[in-house]
Amino acid sequence: MKLKQIMSVLNGAAASLLLATPAFAAAGDTPDTRADWNELWHEVLIDITVIGVIFIVAAIYMLIRFKAKSPDEVGTAKSLTTANAIGWALIPAAIFMADDLYLAAKGWTVWEHQRTVPEDAMEIKVTGYQWYWEFEYEDGTTTDELKVPIGIPVVLRMTSDDVIHSFGLPYYRLTEDVMPGRVTYIWFNPIEAVETLVTCREFCGNSHSEMYTAVEAVSPEEFEKWLAEQAEG
Amino acid sequence: MSTATSTHADEGFNLKEWIFTTDHKRIGVMYLIGSIAAFAVAGMMALMMRLEQAQLGAQFIETGTDYNEWLYFHGAAMILAFLIPGLTGFAANYFLPLMIGAPDVAFPRINAFSIWLFYFAIILALISIVIPDTPDIMWTGYPPYAVTTAGNTSFYVFTVHLLGFSSILGAVNFLVTVIYMRAPGMGWNQLNVFVWTTLAAFVLQLVFIPVLAAAVTLLLFDKYLGTHFFNPAAGGDVLLYQNLFWFYSHPAVYVIFLPAVGIMFEVIATMAKNPVFNYKVCIYGGIGGIVAIGGEVWIHHLYVTGMPDWIRIGMMISTLLISVPVGLVVMSLWGTLWRAAITYNVAMMYCVAMLYLIMVGGLTGIPLAMTSLTVHLSETSFIHAHFHFIMGLFSTYAVFAAVYYWFPKMTGRMADTGMAKIGFYLNFAGINLTFWPLFIIGPQGMPRRYWNYEMFPQFEGYHEVATVGAFLTAAGVAIMIYGWIKCAISGEKAPANPWNSRSLEWTHAPNPPGPGNFTESVTVSAGWSPYDYHK
Repeated sequence: MKLKQIMSVLNGAAASLLLATPAFAAAGDTPDTRADWNELWHEVLIDITVIGVIFIVAAIYMLIRFKAKSPDEVGTAKSLTTANAIGWALIPAAIFMADDLYLAAKGWTVWEHQRTVPEDAMEIKVTGYQWYWEFEYEDGTTTDELKVPIGIPVVLRMTSDDVIHSFGLPYYRLTEDVMPGRVTYIWFNPIEAVETLVTCREFCGNSHSEMYTAVEAVSPEEFEKWLAEQAEG
Repeated sequence: MSTATSTHADEGFNLKEWIFTTDHKRIGVMYLIGSIAAFAVAGMMALMMRLEQAQLGAQFIETGTDYNEWLYFHGAAMILAFLIPGLTGFAANYFLPLMIGAPDVAFPRINAFSIWLFYFAIILALISIVIPDTPDIMWTGYPPYAVTTAGNTSFYVFTVHLLGFSSILGAVNFLVTVIYMRAPGMGWNQLNVFVWTTLAAFVLQLVFIPVLAAAVTLLLFDKYLGTHFFNPAAGGDVLLYQNLFWFYSHPAVYVIFLPAVGIMFEVIATMAKNPVFNYKVCIYGGIGGIVAIGGEVWIHHLYVTGMPDWIRIGMMISTLLISVPVGLVVMSLWGTLWRAAITYNVAMMYCVAMLYLIMVGGLTGIPLAMTSLTVHLSETSFIHAHFHFIMGLFSTYAVFAAVYYWFPKMTGRMADTGMAKIGFYLNFAGINLTFWPLFIIGPQGMPRRYWNYEMFPQFEGYHEVATVGAFLTAAGVAIMIYGWIKCAISGEKAPANPWNSRSLEWTHAPNPPGPGNFTESVTVSAGWSPYDYHK
């Protein structure tokens, strides 16, 4: 390879790095934790499906293949030598452990996104009651449903007035318990208009399964208008 | 060590003799009857819940509290009054002394006291259904709800106390029995896997039950004596309870899982006519590993409670690592089938189903071990289906397999009939129909413990299928239990060793064994093994 060619390759690599960095930083400011969750879920599903299919196919094969021909027949498995026994312990253990650590590392990355609140996030206070939710916006307006503007990450600071509840937001792939005497948080990134809901996910008594309300991501203009209406009402 | 108090009269049934018996076999049978009774009542509750959920809107409840009471009873009774006593009460009592060649347990009178406590607990639990303020606190009993509810939390607490006391006494009894009463010549590496798993389960019970007892006692004090352990307004902490509760209740999963695996090994090794694959690794690495790690993973039940990140991540790793010892146990189960000579009886059919249940139930635990996935899956029907597969169904099938496998031992008669097979197929079809829909709608947001899902009308079809499945399972169970009763009275006479087992309970004891179990004292040679099919 000529020097000129090598230089051009290196140049290209450097240029793409330089270009990629700001692009990465811009996207990295507010991660989309819903997409993160979906991607991780998909990977883990493939992982466990492959393992499950291998084991179940192996079991079915052996259960059919090694059916006794006569009732007096006995198995013919050879007893393991010490080296084999150790091998049959260490190799599977190493494979399972490698998979565990791989998944743990993957999970940790997503976890960082899920637990690191962006600095520009809009804060909304949430209080759980038997059996309804109350939301308090930064201007002091309180509402019984959650409406958020698209494009601004939202952090919910949550507590309970009575028993333990849990704030389950299936669309945004989030849940966190809401407890008396403690403040917990979740944050999410509403990137598109969507009408969804929050349900209570911790058993809280008689009307536990009726403790749900609307969660809506709308355009900033619509949000401002709605908030002003709520403040008046 | 056994005393002359265990006398079996031949002149038919005598209730007084059963109540005052100190014979481990009769105590085992009484555990079986009591736990199956609890299973039947808790199963009815499950059917009522499935009927309520079959379609949108209230079907036949008057208030949500009705549903919550069934849910409470179903969970508490299935775990505390069916699975734990069914496995560590019935199976351990009847078969463990026989497997080690012992004439009885070390302390037969303490054993009798254990079963009395168990029956008092069951009676207390049943009374709690009919009192006006039935408990509605879920089997977890989380405060502040368990303190502020109008439901009678004390019934729950006292039931847990009685069962806990019973289990601790049982644990001491069986540990001493295995350590000191093995047949002369029987080394640790010659024990049946079921003996090892029972030993492991009782070690866990002994270490962790006191913590549960403490947790529920503090709950009792908070509710009835005005203390504030869990009341944040007065300086208490709601999470203290959850930490104490799961510090016991996660290991309790292994108290159930381990003996179930042990039963599976007995049936599979016998029916495959193969030694247990990689026995020492299975025992010391697999079962030992589960005991060692099982106590350090409880925070995965508190992933969404706002615990500090470092402990959530730490216990994510320890939880994932549970797959290593469990994987070793699974390797031994699968390996035992290699180059086997398998014959199928009904017990083996249930164990084959368990190979599938352990896979689905175990592998669906992996996403739940990951904090970042559980923040969405928490308290959905995905988790509901997961723990039913790995704990509910897997261990319940172990109890059923144990009854079929040792039925000739207990009654001298066979229970393997065509009806028993039909019962199995109905049951197996039913559980899949019930729980696969829940696996699917969980990640889409279906919360568990909801009778009402009007916010998710798209799930109605899934719930309908699940309800049909529950009734198929119930039909299978009804056929099975009817078959047991019928066969116990008039079943075909069993040969002495119907499955050609090499384990002591089959080779040395009559069907059923009389007082003292063995007609002559048992000794084993250095080369003997309960799975020695090749010689």
